Amino acid sequence: MTAEAADLEVAKINKFRDPRIRAIFYQILVIVLIVGFVAYVGHNTAVNLEKRGIASGFNFLSQPAGFGIGIVLLMDFDSQTSTHLDVLLIGIINTLAVSISGIFLATIIGFIFGVLRLSKNWVVNKIAAVYIEVIRNIPLLVQLMFWYFAVLSVLPLVGDSMSIGNNFFVNNRGVNFPAMIPSTGFWLIPVALLVAIVASVLVRNWAHKRQDLTGQIFPVFWVCLGLIIVLPVIASLIMGNPFTMSYPEFGRFSITGGWSLEPEFLALLLGLSIYTGAFIAEIVRSGINAVSHGQTEAAHSLGIRPGLTTRLVILPQALRVIVPPLTSQYLNLTKNSSLATAIGYADITALFAGTSLNQTGQAIECIMITMLFYLSISLLISMFMNWYNKRIALVER
Amino acid sequence: MSEAAMTQTDIDVAIQLIGMHKWYGEFHVLKDINLTVERGEKIVVCGPSGSGKSTMIRCINRLEEHQQGQIIVDGIELTNDVKKIDEIRREVGMVFQHFNLFPHLTVLENCTLAPIWVRKTPKAEAEATAMKFLERVKIPEQAMKYPGQLSGGQQQRVAIARSLCMNPRIMLFDEPTSALDPEMISEVLDTMISLAEEGMTMICVTHEMGFAKTVADRVLFMDAGEIIEQAPPQEFFENPQSERTQLFLSQILHNG
Repeated sequence: MTAEAADLEVAKINKFRDPRIRAIFYQILVIVLIVGFVAYVGHNTAVNLEKRGIASGFNFLSQPAGFGIGIVLLMDFDSQTSTHLDVLLIGIINTLAVSISGIFLATIIGFIFGVLRLSKNWVVNKIAAVYIEVIRNIPLLVQLMFWYFAVLSVLPLVGDSMSIGNNFFVNNRGVNFPAMIPSTGFWLIPVALLVAIVASVLVRNWAHKRQDLTGQIFPVFWVCLGLIIVLPVIASLIMGNPFTMSYPEFGRFSITGGWSLEPEFLALLLGLSIYTGAFIAEIVRSGINAVSHGQTEAAHSLGIRPGLTTRLVILPQALRVIVPPLTSQYLNLTKNSSLATAIGYADITALFAGTSLNQTGQAIECIMITMLFYLSISLLISMFMNWYNKRIALVER
Repeated sequence: MSEAAMTQTDIDVAIQLIGMHKWYGEFHVLKDINLTVERGEKIVVCGPSGSGKSTMIRCINRLEEHQQGQIIVDGIELTNDVKKIDEIRREVGMVFQHFNLFPHLTVLENCTLAPIWVRKTPKAEAEATAMKFLERVKIPEQAMKYPGQLSGGQQQRVAIARSLCMNPRIMLFDEPTSALDPEMISEVLDTMISLAEEGMTMICVTHEMGFAKTVADRVLFMDAGEIIEQAPPQEFFENPQSERTQLFLSQILHNG
């Protein structure tokens, strides 16, 4: 009897007061609204484009670009024959070049200053503090302009280049330094480098095994460093130095020969890595601080030396705190590289979403491709860092 | 004193603090500490919080630096010489109030880390030693777990095993049971008692007066950075000399 009564009670409840049913209703409502909005905007755009006679599609990618590009890496570019697809590729390469080198540099700067910020030495500590506070609190765009217009542009003219030794020049068109031009037989050097890297991994594994068996500690770092330097040098000697050096030389208007880094690239690289480095420094500092001092004391009381304590006890724990926010700094750096437009570095935004878009009028396609590119590399970086994070986090439990 | 007598006392003395002072900035934490601990002696240090008990034993393995006087451990004087500090730390084990196990390593790895990297012991040997000590503290079955998966009492016993793996000649205990739930205190104290019975030189900062009565050769009472009184436990508890000791004991025994 009572059970039936309860059933009746349940039946009388207004369905819409059931949170589960409400949740389903609201979810359907939201999806309908979003789909409706997207359909409306898409339709509107298509109608407007048709009215103005703008053809949509990706055919423009195979048309010749018809403009020149300042910085071209790894590719040949000819303003007459190269297409917008080439422009896109150059933009991607340039963005990747500055992002990857920026991530490396920012990480190094960040870890150094993060550790210095923790120093008990008053001067060192304050220098790091001033760097972090000043750099973090000035907009990146302004800093890029500072490096480009206030530092690199006021360097001497080419004719009065500052020189370091006879082969290294600094002027307002960038930095020139000697280049190594491969000749026949050069292949052995990269092969030797590869062999050295493989050998280093083997040495590391062997050293681990030997330590497990005999307890002896092998200086893995120094031996591997030696291998990586010595093997390519030996390879070079065997092949009788299979390269010619190209030194920068003064021409009438410019420096020819050697390699050069353009001021746009340098300004963007410096700006991005110094700016992001300040944030990374704070992340590193807080990560190390997050490991309780008791850990250091326990390690010290066991007779473990300070350097080894950092390596075996502090860093593995600090990294778990450092890696997730570090990932978002890497993403920031990559996305912030689009500020290149402001100082005329030919990245994907300036080239493809800028010049190509203006030339062809294919705004939607250009912007979409550019957005898709940033999205893809951001997701790639995220995936890699998440994988790394999992690897070090798993050690916990 | 004859030469022979000198060397005789040197061998028998494990720790010697002579006129030791320490300041934190302006604050005078330790005042003229004089203490001689013989080999195999068990000492319990008690006193109100802030009296400098922990600071004193932390000076013995140089987790804190003293500013005046001498500390001689195992015949080695503690100075700024890093090598001497390392030598002493290898011989002196320490157990902390909050265990301070390495959370990113398993129990076994916690125990083998220092033997492998400091004593350069082969891994298999270090693991065998570690298992031996884990068995002694009665938790060999937890060897593959991480510290976060153990109870407080188990963690503290791992911490004791971790110290023992370095084969220390002296053990320092810094309030080893203060952070434990009441039902876990005895398992840690039992471990410490069995260690004491084997003749380990021990200095324990603790408020466990039962432990002091069973194990200690001498009880030290500290207050405001000074050693006020020291006596064998029976004398100390039954007939405390100074007023401050009497007050402290009446408070502690009421609560206990």
